[in-house]
Amino acid sequence: MNENVATGWSITALANPTRFISIADKVIPWLGGLAALAIAVALWMGFNAPEDYQQGVTVRIMYIHVPFAWLAMFGYSMMAASALGTLVWRHPLADVSVKAAAPIGAAFTLLALVTGSIWGKPMWGTWWVWDARLTSVFVLFLMYLGLIALNRALDDPSRAAKASAVLALIGFVNIPIIKFSVDWWNTLHQPAAVFRMDGPTIHASLLWPLMISALGFTLLFLTLHLMAMRTEILRRRVTAMRRLAARRADKG
Amino acid sequence: MIALFLRDVKLGLRAGGGALVGILFFLAVIAVVPFGVGPDLNLLARIGPAILWIGALLAGLLGLDRLFQADREDGALDVLLVHAPGFNLALAVLVKCLAHWTAAILPLVVASPLLGLFMNMTPQGIGATALTLLVGTPAIAFIGAVGAAVAVALPRGGLLVSVVILPLVIPVLIFGVSAAYAAVNDPDPFLPPFLILAALTLFFAVIGPAAAALALHHGSD
Repeated sequence: MNENVATGWSITALANPTRFISIADKVIPWLGGLAALAIAVALWMGFNAPEDYQQGVTVRIMYIHVPFAWLAMFGYSMMAASALGTLVWRHPLADVSVKAAAPIGAAFTLLALVTGSIWGKPMWGTWWVWDARLTSVFVLFLMYLGLIALNRALDDPSRAAKASAVLALIGFVNIPIIKFSVDWWNTLHQPAAVFRMDGPTIHASLLWPLMISALGFTLLFLTLHLMAMRTEILRRRVTAMRRLAARRADKG
Repeated sequence: MIALFLRDVKLGLRAGGGALVGILFFLAVIAVVPFGVGPDLNLLARIGPAILWIGALLAGLLGLDRLFQADREDGALDVLLVHAPGFNLALAVLVKCLAHWTAAILPLVVASPLLGLFMNMTPQGIGATALTLLVGTPAIAFIGAVGAAVAVALPRGGLLVSVVILPLVIPVLIFGVSAAYAAVNDPDPFLPPFLILAALTLFFAVIGPAAAALALHHGSD
């Protein structure tokens, strides 16, 4: 088994990750800079946007809450796509992508839950309700944590990758439930306001900062994801080198 | 396949107390509830279906991590992997799930009316809860197979299996309990949640064994 992993690294996989790292090295500063710029612009626009006539100043939480929630789902979708890459095409970087996306996605999900609950307290009068949208996002958070736990529990990276890929694909069932929960059930959480068939129902003055903020945080997610992937590849390389060194030491 | 089914049922019933331990655990969970929420009979009757469902769910999770692990240790899993590749492996997993359900979870369903009496539920409520359990609990076994297959290589995967599959079982719990409630509370329709529950079971009967077979295939050495 170990022999196979070692040769796999040297022939097919090593060429590809090296190119990946060199590309990532070039892309990450640009992506990160753009993300910082977009988030800064979005925050500035958000604080200068008119207040909602009912919600007052608390509506500004929307500019971070909505991107966080959208990225929580985006992260899982990306993870499921990467899981497909692992199982179907056996792409060597797909399992790295799954492993790297899970903690970032979990962090964004937690942020969405926390900001939502801070927004919910003044608006709904409660920190938490067990309505369909909130519950399904909470389930998403639990699934992220379960995936991280599974990935940590298995030592062998290739086996951990296959196991978590299967689990990630099964858990993808939850994503449409989250997306349509506000339409299927009568919930306290409001229905979708931006991505609708008949166009957004938010006024342009509020919509623009939201879109730029969503763009900024998506770029941030991609930056973090690339960085985590790069770190993971380097970590695996260190492990492989250590193994090689140990084997040499045994022989010598 | 029938031989596999009979073998697994026998093993499940005989090994380590088998079904009896599951029922005892179920009983213990139900018995703890009145101590927690107080012996108010009206309250117990109201939360009865939910408690029965949660108890059955937890008891159903008990033996799941052993679903493939015992077979892995004695080599039966490797035989299965070699002799039943591809589609047949999924079929074998399905059979193993059904055997697990028959040996470990069906006794819980049978015991649930008695425990329903403890919870001061009406005969109609007891019948409805037992029926929803009968229809819904196979889904627990099918989803659990995925968790068991994913964690098959772990020496102590029991807790991890539970953590991983509990979020996925939540829809089954929601529709099972809402169907059981609808049977008691008059204006609510019983059939829609019940049919969704049946659909969930059938859905996971397809997805679960296929995914578990995939995980077993990749997880083998």
